[in-house]
Amino acid sequence: MYQLLKQIAQTGIKTEAAPTADEALRILPQRLQEGILRYLGRALAIRHVDAGSCNGCELEIHATNSPYYNLERLGIRFVASPRHADLLLVTGPVSRHMETALKRTYEATPDPKLVVAIGDCGCSGGIFGENYASCGSVANVIPVDVAVPGCPPTPLAIMQGILTAISK
Amino acid sequence: MRLAEFPLDVQVLPGAMPAFRASIDASELRGLCQEARSQKFPLIALWGSDETQQGGGYALHLALALPSGLLWLTVPLAREHPRYPGIADVYPSADRMQRAAYDLVGIHAQDNPDRRKWLRHGAWPGGVFPLRSDFSIATRFPAAEDHYPFVKVDGEGVHEIPVGPVHAGTIEPGHFRFSIVGEKILRLEERLGYKHKGIEKRFETMTLEEGAKLAGRISGDSTVAYAWAYAMAVESIVGGIELPRRAHALRGILLELERIANHLGDLGYLGNDVGLSFGFFQFWRLKEDLLRLNAQLFGHRYLMDAIVPGGVAKDLLQSEADLLLDQLQKIQKQVTTLKSIYDEHAGAQDRFIMTGRLPPELAEKIGLTGFAGRSSGNRRDLRVNYSISPYRELGVQLVSHTRGDVAARVSVRFDELAESIRLIQMLLRQLPSGGTRIALANAAHGTAGIGWVEGWRGEIFIALEAGENNRVRRCHAHDPSWQNWPALQYAVIGNIVPDFPLINKSFNLSYSGHDL
Repeated sequence: MYQLLKQIAQTGIKTEAAPTADEALRILPQRLQEGILRYLGRALAIRHVDAGSCNGCELEIHATNSPYYNLERLGIRFVASPRHADLLLVTGPVSRHMETALKRTYEATPDPKLVVAIGDCGCSGGIFGENYASCGSVANVIPVDVAVPGCPPTPLAIMQGILTAISK
Repeated sequence: MRLAEFPLDVQVLPGAMPAFRASIDASELRGLCQEARSQKFPLIALWGSDETQQGGGYALHLALALPSGLLWLTVPLAREHPRYPGIADVYPSADRMQRAAYDLVGIHAQDNPDRRKWLRHGAWPGGVFPLRSDFSIATRFPAAEDHYPFVKVDGEGVHEIPVGPVHAGTIEPGHFRFSIVGEKILRLEERLGYKHKGIEKRFETMTLEEGAKLAGRISGDSTVAYAWAYAMAVESIVGGIELPRRAHALRGILLELERIANHLGDLGYLGNDVGLSFGFFQFWRLKEDLLRLNAQLFGHRYLMDAIVPGGVAKDLLQSEADLLLDQLQKIQKQVTTLKSIYDEHAGAQDRFIMTGRLPPELAEKIGLTGFAGRSSGNRRDLRVNYSISPYRELGVQLVSHTRGDVAARVSVRFDELAESIRLIQMLLRQLPSGGTRIALANAAHGTAGIGWVEGWRGEIFIALEAGENNRVRRCHAHDPSWQNWPALQYAVIGNIVPDFPLINKSFNLSYSGHDL
């Protein structure tokens, strides 16, 4: 236990400054009322849905919880069920085999809800495009508020996308 | 040439890895597989292809690992009712691959007891085969109901827990059907294929050069291993050209950096999954430090597109090599401390030891591969068994364990991480001078090549055939998760449901690499 505590003390606090919102990432106009944003905007529950990615974007979503980025300090956390979520963080391309699951997850998320599409594939279908097994972008399947490009987008870019979704 | 292991005439495939190709009759298939199995030669991959444009019917392909190299067997099949005698009773891991080959190409494994579909859900109907040449990639069928009969477990107090495809954590999609009594798992049945996005068909719309980028996105966490395997296959196709030694060394550095990053991330999560969140934060700090340096030195945090056919995309300056050496030394020191904290943490060890166990006999029988195989006594590592440049000069230490539980997989990951640091240090200290990339000649229509790389998870295999004008005619990509997903079903038997996430993470298999 001594060694563990010593390691924590020696490591210190590694968390860096959070990014700010970037309106250029927004696709749909803000759907949340100002009152909700003022009082609850930052207390955000996210449900992640991998709808067909190569798993590269998932690596960076994991990294947003690492000590450098520490997403939870902003009041933003990942939850286990869409029924507990305010925002869906969706990676793509949306495979046709995940199309129904994604739509059901969207329907299971209570209103008002937000969707952030992650990665080049989530934005446009990326290198996989649209084909017999791929629906392409997330917006082809459910409404998308904010889209974050990148292959994969960095943890900061993902955080910026989430913060944009809840900015006025 | 005649093979050392079988009385078989083979064509030698040029390229970095020793590889041979032969065509056999369907009637010889089972006998040859039984002989290979009795000598414990592993089955690496099984896939199908459409040969109707070449004037044939269809074909079944197998990749077997022989001591002298990789044997790519092709079994020509008829145009009408293409079928072959199934081999899943000889190689259990062939079961799902045979079912996938049916779903995609429509070649039928006779006498396979499991007749269920595998990669096909509702996106295309039965009797339609996307990898046939008369199927256009843009074909869209209306979404159909997906019916898949799971095996029912009967008995007093038995009930089912269906999990997925959308999971509770940040994980890829798949379905797990648990049959349990109380908390104890009696049976786990997996259903995969949710991420199938037509990758192999997509390859056929690309040139050999363009395909490299797609290969690097088959499974993002193994992008370096896939890019290398694909590049190796292209280089094999154009006649096995000799790359500059510096390119080999840089490829080795990139692959070992990928191994380190993945082991760091998973060791963090393995701590997290037993309530030791300290481990998550510590290891993910180290992983992030490495990813940032990757971005600085190679232009990408996960090293995507760093390996290209003909060499590597970016050279490393001496000052950059020094930065990397310095960073690795820091990581090594920290990991040593963290390992002793994990080793002495009674709570963590209590959860790790004897959890999710695959004893060596069972692991061998079901074909467990990669670092998970090495944790269950399988002394097999491509970097050791077929030691090509740059590994030949380094004397890679094979890491293995025999207990086959979560603790063994944790231990092997720690040891492989340390070995990868040592390998990169050696490569950086004796980095050969010279170029890093050469131009490739045009590929002759119909030539074939393979790539075979020991990724962090296990053996990544690419079989590639060139079409006209340097295009891809057929590309089959194989992830070691094909072998290890069925093994996970065995590893969880008798364990409690709350240990499933821990056992699952100790393997950390790829869904995308499997579903294609």
